[in-house]
Amino acid sequence: MSLLTSPQPAAADDAAAPFLDVRDLRVHFPTEDGIVKSVDGVSFTLEKGSTLGIVGESGSGKSVTSLALLGLHKGTRAQVSGEIRLDGRELVSLPEHAMRSLRGRTVSMIFQDPLSALHPYFTVGAQIAEAYQVHHKVSKKEARERAVEMLKRVGIPQPQRRVRDYPHQFSGGMRQRAMIAMALVCDPELLIADEPTTALDVTVQAQILDLIRDLQEEFGSAVILITHDLGVVADIADDILVMYGGRRIEYGTVHDVLKEPQHPYTWGLLESMPQITGDVGRRLNPIAGSPPSLINPPGGCAFHPRCTYKGWVPEGRCAVDRPELVEVAGTGRHLAACHLTPETRQEIRVRTATGAAQ
Amino acid sequence: MSTTQPAAGEHLLEVSGLTKHFPIRRGIVFQRQIGAVHAVDGIDFTVGAGQSLGLVGESGCGKSTTGRLITRLLEPTAGKVVFDGEDITHTPENRMKEARRNLQMIFQDPYSSLNPRHTVGTIVETPMRLNDINPPQGHKKRAQELLETVGLNPEHYNRYPNEFSGGQRQRIGIARALALRPKLIVADEPVSALDVSIQAQIVNLLQDLQRELGIAFVFIAHDLAVVRHFCERVAVMYLGKIVEVADRQTLYTGPRHPYTHALLSAVPEADPDAVHRRERIRLAGDVPSPVDPPSGCRFRTRCWKAQERCATEEPPLVRLGGNAEGHLTACHFPEEPSVEARAEDIVLDPALTTLEDNASAAS
Repeated sequence: MSLLTSPQPAAADDAAAPFLDVRDLRVHFPTEDGIVKSVDGVSFTLEKGSTLGIVGESGSGKSVTSLALLGLHKGTRAQVSGEIRLDGRELVSLPEHAMRSLRGRTVSMIFQDPLSALHPYFTVGAQIAEAYQVHHKVSKKEARERAVEMLKRVGIPQPQRRVRDYPHQFSGGMRQRAMIAMALVCDPELLIADEPTTALDVTVQAQILDLIRDLQEEFGSAVILITHDLGVVADIADDILVMYGGRRIEYGTVHDVLKEPQHPYTWGLLESMPQITGDVGRRLNPIAGSPPSLINPPGGCAFHPRCTYKGWVPEGRCAVDRPELVEVAGTGRHLAACHLTPETRQEIRVRTATGAAQ
Repeated sequence: MSTTQPAAGEHLLEVSGLTKHFPIRRGIVFQRQIGAVHAVDGIDFTVGAGQSLGLVGESGCGKSTTGRLITRLLEPTAGKVVFDGEDITHTPENRMKEARRNLQMIFQDPYSSLNPRHTVGTIVETPMRLNDINPPQGHKKRAQELLETVGLNPEHYNRYPNEFSGGQRQRIGIARALALRPKLIVADEPVSALDVSIQAQIVNLLQDLQRELGIAFVFIAHDLAVVRHFCERVAVMYLGKIVEVADRQTLYTGPRHPYTHALLSAVPEADPDAVHRRERIRLAGDVPSPVDPPSGCRFRTRCWKAQERCATEEPPLVRLGGNAEGHLTACHFPEEPSVEARAEDIVLDPALTTLEDNASAAS
């Protein structure tokens, strides 16, 4: 777990260094069948006050990435390498006790399933207060008052009374609100939300997403939102990172990725989702096949076995060469990892657009 | 696929006043009933041959219970289910077999709905054997044909469900439902357990089957976009009642019931500009308990238009003035038929209101 060979970047432009800087993060799990490369060279940056959406299907490595940011792979068999710099501090090599002092205070997390993430044996208030007491020298009473205040902030009715309730007495939406209260109780600088609304109904999902966005605006923290639903990130994220087979395949602003997607996998995701507006006669265009094995990932581009457009690339390069994540010409920082040339992509998009219109 | 509305009496499935109350009992030896969960509380709808009806709503609205009542996996408390001209509301279990020949179901969870100890072949053949159907080509050949129809390799006949992925298992479930050439399939959240790209494969498969075989569908889902894509007619349920039903075009562009507005407004769309085009309605809290549903209109506790009348008088599901034929709404104070952005957002959630007021005061 201590692959500290990567050279430290020159600390010359400290002022310009991003708040969160993840470089070439790799998380590998040795198993009997071989090494599972859940995350295989992921890099991104995030500034305070902005939101990054990490999108991918199950097994694309998005949750494993978030666990690595929290240092939750420490003490497991996972092999983590690469760099995670949070406010100039390297986290991958940080010992567990130092990580503990950051966890919950500087970095905190909202989990997908609040029923299993909350302890059934303790009251909601006690769990929120504990998170506060771990990091602050306060009395029990003060911590409890803080818990009530947080519950009120996230919109739990009668917080004075509900603070004494157990998680099972809360509804699904309220439990997720309690999780958010717990995550925000120490004013973290980085908040990671791993599929925070997947288990919720659509009207409650809208409330929770708006709540995360509004709270972020107030607290000015950085947010990473992990989801499989491109719709969820469209409204609240600033940047989107699309992952496939543990690697980045497209990275850019929300507008770039959703309006001018460049990678065939992103096209596939967008075309396989029916929209609430638009043509009902248009047939969905699913991505053929199923997600790749992470033990023996396909050679070259991990997506090539499912890609409709690999024939457009000469000499079968897709199966041999792994495409680098390069800037899309004419954009500031819209990156895509695909061998298709910009001209070919343009031609394909024109064709699919006319095909859809017919 | 015929889109013409069948005349009255031609409906394949007619449901009227369908009700299911699950009793809540207390006591160990002498159990007494202390209440009931009003899962489905008097709903009416019809499905024509070859048509598809979507049932949407949030968890606890009774959509899955409705599906199970139609297929008689649950015994209705009251009401009537007429399938293919025959009243099957209280048909004894031993005679349901015949009705179920034409009435099949696809389940949500592809993991628990297949017996792990049976091979795929056995799973697909069993409905035929149980109904003494002997296809001329033999059971095995027919099962392999079905596997091919749903896009699986016929050579996988002897494999077990655990050897397949979620999407493939759902295909096995579909092959089993097709084995008897049913007239109606009740699909209960058939794609919600699957990844986005796999979802699209299954939706396309179901659409092809519907077109080629002329099967009618009752499609139950919480994903409004998928339902819009698949169903010609859509019914919105809330706490055991249908609050609005219309053809998809009308329902998604000109809904009248406030709940339909709130539901549509909450659907996330993968288009960063859509946010400003569409109305924004954020309800407060969660759906109330179906054990003790609100009096009158059940949505009134979360509705921004609720008045006294809503608490005392239950709004009937009727065609309102200005509504197209077949567009029924149960509301005393309906909304304008538009989903365009409003001058002022409707935000009922107290936390959101506070935060947004603070933000606008600061700026």
